Amino acid sequence: MQTILRLATRILFISYLSTTYCQSEMVPIKGGTYTPLYGRDSLQVTISDFQMDVYPVTNKAFLEFVKKYPKWQRSQVKKIFADGNYLIGWTSDTELGKKQSVNAPITSISWFAASNYCECQGKRLPTIDEWEYVAMANKTMPDARQLEDYNKYILGWYEKPKTFNNEVGYTFKNYWGVYDLHGLVWEWTLDFNSVLVSGESRKDVDNDSNLFCGSAAIGATDLMNYAAFMRYATRGSLKAKYAMKNLGFRCVKDIIEEQ
Amino acid sequence: MANKKTKLIKSLVVLTTLSLLFSGCIDSEKKEYADAADIPVSREMVAELTSPPNVPTPVGRRKAKKLIVNMEILEQEGTMTDGTTYNYWTFGGSVPGSFIRTRVGDEVEFTLSNHPDNKLPHNIDLHAVTGPGGGATSSFVAPGHEKMFSFKTLNPGLYVYHCATAPVGMHIANGMYGLILVEPEGGLPQVDKEYYIMQGDFYTKGENGEPGLQAFDMQKAVDEDADYVVFNGSVGSLTGDNAITASVGETVRLYVGNGGPNLVSSFHVIGEIFDKVHVEGGSTINENVQTTLVPAGGAAIAEFRVDVPGTFILVDHSIFRAFNKGALGMLKVEGEENKKIYSGIVQEGIYHPEGGGIQEMPEGDVVKVEVSTANKSLEEKMISGKQIYMQTCFACHQAEGQGIPNAFPPLAKSDYLNADVNRAIGIVLKGKTGEITVNGQKYNSVMTRQAISNQEIADVLTYVYNSWGNNKTNVTTAQVDAVKNGH
Repeated sequence: MQTILRLATRILFISYLSTTYCQSEMVPIKGGTYTPLYGRDSLQVTISDFQMDVYPVTNKAFLEFVKKYPKWQRSQVKKIFADGNYLIGWTSDTELGKKQSVNAPITSISWFAASNYCECQGKRLPTIDEWEYVAMANKTMPDARQLEDYNKYILGWYEKPKTFNNEVGYTFKNYWGVYDLHGLVWEWTLDFNSVLVSGESRKDVDNDSNLFCGSAAIGATDLMNYAAFMRYATRGSLKAKYAMKNLGFRCVKDIIEEQ
Repeated sequence: MANKKTKLIKSLVVLTTLSLLFSGCIDSEKKEYADAADIPVSREMVAELTSPPNVPTPVGRRKAKKLIVNMEILEQEGTMTDGTTYNYWTFGGSVPGSFIRTRVGDEVEFTLSNHPDNKLPHNIDLHAVTGPGGGATSSFVAPGHEKMFSFKTLNPGLYVYHCATAPVGMHIANGMYGLILVEPEGGLPQVDKEYYIMQGDFYTKGENGEPGLQAFDMQKAVDEDADYVVFNGSVGSLTGDNAITASVGETVRLYVGNGGPNLVSSFHVIGEIFDKVHVEGGSTINENVQTTLVPAGGAAIAEFRVDVPGTFILVDHSIFRAFNKGALGMLKVEGEENKKIYSGIVQEGIYHPEGGGIQEMPEGDVVKVEVSTANKSLEEKMISGKQIYMQTCFACHQAEGQGIPNAFPPLAKSDYLNADVNRAIGIVLKGKTGEITVNGQKYNSVMTRQAISNQEIADVLTYVYNSWGNNKTNVTTAQVDAVKNGH
């Protein structure tokens, strides 16, 4: 009886989510244990179950958001929360740029704005570990990091200019049913600056034992590491008020077990 | 009287003191600083930055200044070779990046701007910097942002700069390197021409010459299996119309760098000897050098006087890179011939290793005894022609007659070749200099006169005409004779 009740609540809850105004569709991610790029077996990370947005937040959704919360409009936003590049492509406070598609991912937003967007929907930004955990899946496998094709695809994207103009859903749907983790835009994470790739990325090899302990970095010649290094380097170059043309976000939500 | 004398002495003393003071002033103007860090800077100046092969105006005798360098990072598509493009990551829009020219004691205020359309963060490590990461620590910058830091130039020399963001190798392999020159007090000695040449190795998904936009190939980079080894970022950046130039009698100074990421360069100019080389870009000067080694992430300054006219080929003397991967440039020298230094061909004859007992047949009206060879079948000519081709023509025109883009024209399916057999014979006989158009592409190089017999010319041309889609002309010795005698 209790199980049925629980199920019913969940179904109700999910249907509530999907009908709510400008809430993006979410999929459940089954948690697990994995070894991040920077880890050894002893440094495995355990991820709890959570839900993740299927697509990055779109221009359209963010437009609705700033209409509802004017403090995040370009002319209103506090300087400490967003730098001069914030929503730089927009024609006005509530109007996208001429070349911007409503279904393209929102970019040129600061971490503060992204974070608050998620918060206003009862969600949050994913942690680096959560993001990396979901993003290590290809179409069919939860962890495809050892596959050459998978890594070549990612590296190939890093070299393609101006992919931020493409619409969400442009790339592949992965094992979890999540789109666009690779191939569209970079994405903000909750703790983007907790793993520091300092300005001097070679020094990290010696010093940041947490990230590049010993051979993990010195032996980092395989494609998987190179692809991931680029993401960590990008995150390391950011400050929370920065807005970047190639950087968007998506939200996640914890799955709270009912007592 | 005694009073007068004292006065005189007094005034002399005053004079001497004054002059001492005065010369003291002059001394302080020319004061040599034991520590370059103590050299004071006066005024600001915005640095002139140039794209290769140009270099900024020499520093000369100017005082140390606050030198403002503004450099922009651009990730952009460019041409690797005809039909092949590549996504270059650049400092200042060129590979190698803009040339920076400073002098010892300058305080360089460096602003690195990362274009908003770029995808990746970057930074800069200048080997001329004394400080952590060569500046990389302070210049790590996200797209759409800029970072400023400053450094004092302490050591004179020619230094490499490059991006040092993870993965470092990939940033360098995509073209993120350049040179910064720190001139000594009073500047480098004057020369007539200065050029900026920097070698780099590139790794592409497709093999050398494969058309279309080529992606970077990490595995090949790790294996150090380069598809392109080039000067100034692409095949042909220093050949044909892009060749560097000088006039007879001028002194030429080459600022040679090597960005790598992997390969060491054996830098050589065919037909010249470097009068002076600043070994590894430093203060040691070596003289009379044929080939100088430029390490990856290193540099050299090579100086020489050009004495005779002609086209001098710049190569990485690890020679397959030059003729097969693109590491080839040209220095065109114009002016008067100097037969004392270089004669050109003086005499041509037949060589008989068995001795002088056999007389050379006088050319001209005497009946040829070569009848039997002139009657060679096409098949025989093809066999002999191929041998001659591989010995004489292969290096420039390549195994399949494909030539080398921007340097040596193709023979395969060549409209120029097929249009006029007598012209082709003439070129083999007498050589060819100057611009020609082959299959729509312009070439401006030198083919030397070939010292081979008329029979050999007939054979090799027959081989060429009957290979690689050409018009199957069967060239006879008689035709070669006619061209030879007709001119």
